Amino acid sequence: MSLDMFIQHLFNALTLGSLYGLIAIGYTMVYGILRLINFAHGDIFMLGAYFVFFGVTLTKLPWGIAVILAVALSALCGIVIDRIAYRPLRDAPRISALISAIGVSFFIENLGLVVFTGLPKPVYRPDWLVEIITLGNIRILPLALIVPAIAFALVMGLLWIVYKTKPGLAMRSISKDIETTRLMGVSVDKIIALTFGLGSALAAASGIMWALRYPQIHPFMGVFPGFKAFIAAVLGGIGSIQGAMIGGMLLGLIEIMAVAFFPALSGYRDAFAFILLIVILLMKPTGLMGEKLEEKV
Amino acid sequence: MLKIEDLHVYYGGIHALKGLSLEVTDGQIVTLIGANGAGKSSTLRSIAGLVKNRKGKILFEGQNILGKTPEALVGMGIAMCPEGRRILPHLTVMENLMLGAYIRNDRDGISKDLDWVFELFPRLKERTWQKGGTLSGGEQQMLALGRALMSRPKLLMLDEPSLGLAPLLVKEVFEIIRTINAEGKTVLLVEQNAYAALKVAHYAYVLEVGEIVLQGTGEALIENPKVREAYLGG
Ligand SMILES: Nc1ncnc2c1ncn2[C@@H]1O[C@H](COP(=O)(O)OP(=O)(O)O)[C@@H](O)[C@H]1O
Ligand SMILES: [Mg+2]
Repeated sequence: MSLDMFIQHLFNALTLGSLYGLIAIGYTMVYGILRLINFAHGDIFMLGAYFVFFGVTLTKLPWGIAVILAVALSALCGIVIDRIAYRPLRDAPRISALISAIGVSFFIENLGLVVFTGLPKPVYRPDWLVEIITLGNIRILPLALIVPAIAFALVMGLLWIVYKTKPGLAMRSISKDIETTRLMGVSVDKIIALTFGLGSALAAASGIMWALRYPQIHPFMGVFPGFKAFIAAVLGGIGSIQGAMIGGMLLGLIEIMAVAFFPALSGYRDAFAFILLIVILLMKPTGLMGEKLEEKV
Repeated sequence: MLKIEDLHVYYGGIHALKGLSLEVTDGQIVTLIGANGAGKSSTLRSIAGLVKNRKGKILFEGQNILGKTPEALVGMGIAMCPEGRRILPHLTVMENLMLGAYIRNDRDGISKDLDWVFELFPRLKERTWQKGGTLSGGEQQMLALGRALMSRPKLLMLDEPSLGLAPLLVKEVFEIIRTINAEGKTVLLVEQNAYAALKVAHYAYVLEVGEIVLQGTGEALIENPKVREAYLGG
């Protein structure tokens, strides 16, 4: 393989990895606070893409505005899901919330099937994102540069919120000790809502960019990216934001490079992530960046 | 300042508090002593809004606060330093203290209180940027106390602050409680270390299996033969 080809693959891997990473962050943040795997998270990714689609086709909004509204609306969906499906179960055994999460996920996907129909829809893509540019011998979509850059900016923004603001402090505190955090005067439900909102916004951003990269959307488009992002979160060490991003990147890299170097394996592409999951769980159950999570009492 | 009337607490089938009544007068140190399992923590946790299944009346400054959320109660001026300190080990000393000041937005007031806390606990100042989990047991207790003070409470509730500390540190903790009270904070202190608690307290209650069995000034209870036999080793 030529160096130019390799660099092109590298950019593809970076793009895919960023998209996985952005979804993985939402899994990791919610898990860090509630010890809940939010199975509906991948569906928020899907909703984000659909919201842009309808924003552009139905309301004829300018694309940029539609994107911003879609992200906001998706954040709201995440908050509403928590409010309806998880908050009433906060004191219930953890398995109840998990089952509720699976239910919500099926509900959204099948509601999508009814409302959006199962027919894949073509997505509008601004020309400046998808006109191939050449850098020397490297031919590349502007998207492949912009996606990682946006992902990087979003993650920096998120880290700023988590490490430099008061609600961020409350989030980090809740993840270790909810009751004590309440004793400090923190409205825990509000902070949890904020967590769902932020995670969902990032998942939607990922879904929207995914739809630019693979410009057909359907109600089940979030399922596999969701699974893989979850694996990325476990790989990076669940609970760690940086870990989720690193896990996403690694997964993107492995998928793209495996297929690039061994084209014969391309049919097994989706299997890599799952093999990886099994290997991590056997070798280092806490993930790369993860610390041991003590059981909550 | 605080008045509890006929408080009952239930955990499933366990009737942990059976009609407890007590009063905390403004400006005083009031202590609640009793054996392990008597219901001391349940009392404090009920006042702080952490217990779900309870009935009775808890009046704070004349208002019934039963049913209010912990966060609302912090806003009203009630702070609790929980049993086992419960500092956040992964956050720095400064972050722990800022969490204590979470409900406040008065920057100047916060930084003034921070100075005060560092004056009370000079060792915390040296460890400002260290993670809470790296502190010694005594330092963690200081941090828990300082954190509770950062909300600028009117009523400070302490659940066994001397638990598990070396004798010298125990003495220091009670000194600090006296100082905090001298600076105008009302204190409700729960202790198993009955002697030290009765020594600092203006008024005291003895709790046995969910009921108040004795009360009186600290000095009076230290002299009381029943208390001497049961809690002060004869
Ligand atoms: N969360 C709980 N669930 C069930 N029983 C509890 C719980 N908390 C306390 N108890 C019971 O209530 C009684 C009083 O406990 P507690 O208030 O912690 O006493 P103390 O603080 O005086 O040691 C004990 O019998 C204890 O076992
Ligand atoms: Mg106790």
